[in-house]
Amino acid sequence: MQLKHVLTICPYCGCGCGIYLEVLDGEIIRTIPSKTSPVNQGRLCIKGWSAHEFVVSPKRLKRPYLRKQEKLHEASWDEVLDFTASRLREIREKHGPDSIAFLASAKCTNEENYLLQKLARAAIGTNNIDHCARL
Amino acid sequence: MTNSIDEIKYADCIFVIGSNTTLAHPLVATRIFQARDNGARLIVADPRKIQLASFADLYVRQRLGTDVALINGMMHVILKNGWHDEAFIGERTENFEELKKVVEKYTPEKSSEVTGISPEDITRMAEYYAKAPRSTILYAMGITQHTTGVDNVKSLANLSMLTGNVGKESTGVNPLRGQNNVQGACDMGGLPNVYPGYQAVNAVDIRTKFEKAWKVRLSDKPGLTLTDLFPAILEGKVKALVVMGENPLVSDPDSHHVEKALRALEFLAVIDIFMTPTAEIAHVVLPAASFAEKDGTFTNTERRVQRIRKAIDPPGEARQDWVIIQEISNRVGYQMNYSSPEEIQNEIASLTPSYGGITYDRLGGEGLCWPCPDKEHPGTKFLHKDRFARGRGLFHGIEYIPPAESPDDDYPFWLTTGRVFVHYHTGTMTRNSPSLDQEMREGYLEVNPADASAIGLKDGDKAKIASRRGEIISRIFITERVDKGTVFMSFHFLEARANVLTNPALDPIAKIPEYKVCAVRVEKWE
Repeated sequence: MQLKHVLTICPYCGCGCGIYLEVLDGEIIRTIPSKTSPVNQGRLCIKGWSAHEFVVSPKRLKRPYLRKQEKLHEASWDEVLDFTASRLREIREKHGPDSIAFLASAKCTNEENYLLQKLARAAIGTNNIDHCARL
Repeated sequence: MTNSIDEIKYADCIFVIGSNTTLAHPLVATRIFQARDNGARLIVADPRKIQLASFADLYVRQRLGTDVALINGMMHVILKNGWHDEAFIGERTENFEELKKVVEKYTPEKSSEVTGISPEDITRMAEYYAKAPRSTILYAMGITQHTTGVDNVKSLANLSMLTGNVGKESTGVNPLRGQNNVQGACDMGGLPNVYPGYQAVNAVDIRTKFEKAWKVRLSDKPGLTLTDLFPAILEGKVKALVVMGENPLVSDPDSHHVEKALRALEFLAVIDIFMTPTAEIAHVVLPAASFAEKDGTFTNTERRVQRIRKAIDPPGEARQDWVIIQEISNRVGYQMNYSSPEEIQNEIASLTPSYGGITYDRLGGEGLCWPCPDKEHPGTKFLHKDRFARGRGLFHGIEYIPPAESPDDDYPFWLTTGRVFVHYHTGTMTRNSPSLDQEMREGYLEVNPADASAIGLKDGDKAKIASRRGEIISRIFITERVDKGTVFMSFHFLEARANVLTNPALDPIAKIPEYKVCAVRVEKWE
């Protein structure tokens, strides 16, 4: 039996509470609050206590999907990545870089948001990037 | 936030406006209760009688969209009684005369006519806020989701500067941000007009810096905002969209219009952890890792950058988002060769002055609040100490403007939207969490008892709610929490999608839609 506690941050509101994910043999079994977090000081709300539940949902996406004849079908990573890149290249060539837009995410990390805006600006050549902070 | 969360508990007066704090930011709410135990006064202004209202020394119910008139009324009273901070205004601010001129007109009586709050209560609010040694303002989307969102925020800034309640401990103007990393997504340049650290895309020296670092020519033309994006798609200007971890089909105003736009795209790619309604209509869906399956950093509402750590592997073939983005970039022809999120963070620090001193080895304990310009800098607990970012704090004289849509004979009710305690946004996370899902499985419309009996509705009945943009069916919940003539609905439920009804009218500067105010009709549905 292998038990570990991984210190991380709650994925819900902007408070940024410190939580420990309790991992038993590679499976998250519960969330507990961090007492040393300056934000939550050992407490959590109902969403925080349940932070791990959606992570282990059976409905999580496990494979990439590609639309063929109107329907989404499971596909390989190479297939969807190549298709994505070729569509983006074709559309940029035909209509210019500003015909492509990106939505970043308030749920993703700083590093991922940084990289997505770099993809938009440096790889595609457009400043069309925004996210739901405006909503 | 200008100030940090823990400072709230040492404030002498807390003014909460447009924030359902106990429900949406429970750990901030704990500081409000601690402050009250220490003797602080609590003022709550909200069109709904939220839970926090029952703990307030003074609760007021302003009509929807009248915040500018309310705050101007408070400032009128403060100036008239000489409760303003003359030294602070003289040393730290400018344009005070313009503010005075506008506020002069907003007598408590005039403010009362617009807001529906009595002149006596407006006077008491002003007195409590202005006379306390340290007053702090907490607000959320109740202030910003209006066509006058920017005006509302500027008005709160006026109020804080007028009384010298900014740039000091336990004061400030404090927006409570709704999502774990909405602050970070903004900080990282997930915005159409700025690079990371709010560096303008159309400033030549900034662009040159990024061109040199990224070894590529960059566009100096600001991009489209999210709310301008959907009309641009329908006009044929935008053909492809890549969405990472968002669900615009449920989250954005006037859903029918959004769906039409998304379906008109030549190419839609969605990177997500669930098959959301937006993913269902995409051309490609890329399975991503959740927060528990990756390393990185989040920045909270008090600008605190904190580490997240990988606990388990992603399910099936799902991959971390940064790996997916890197793969796309390489295949488009722009090389990215990062080996870890830490390497990306080091690049962020090298290009973003406010994150300049933030490295993983410094984030082991409590994290760091930006600005943190260098490796020796301890981070910044509260902003605007001694001077504002622009030098002197600028007062704005702001007139009250009514919301874009008001009730009439066809649509006689005000509709406002918000969250419920167990759910979050479009429900992608909470409705897939059994403990939360079982607390509440469907959305409902809050209706005042007098209105319910006039329409002939009983608690739990189904009603048809229609606006100029669409209609939905929802169960109703009869409660005094909403005033007569106003109904409330959460936006979490696809089956009763409140955003089919909401008005996409935008604030002219922030381009934020007026989710908090629109006009609807409510009928019994059998």
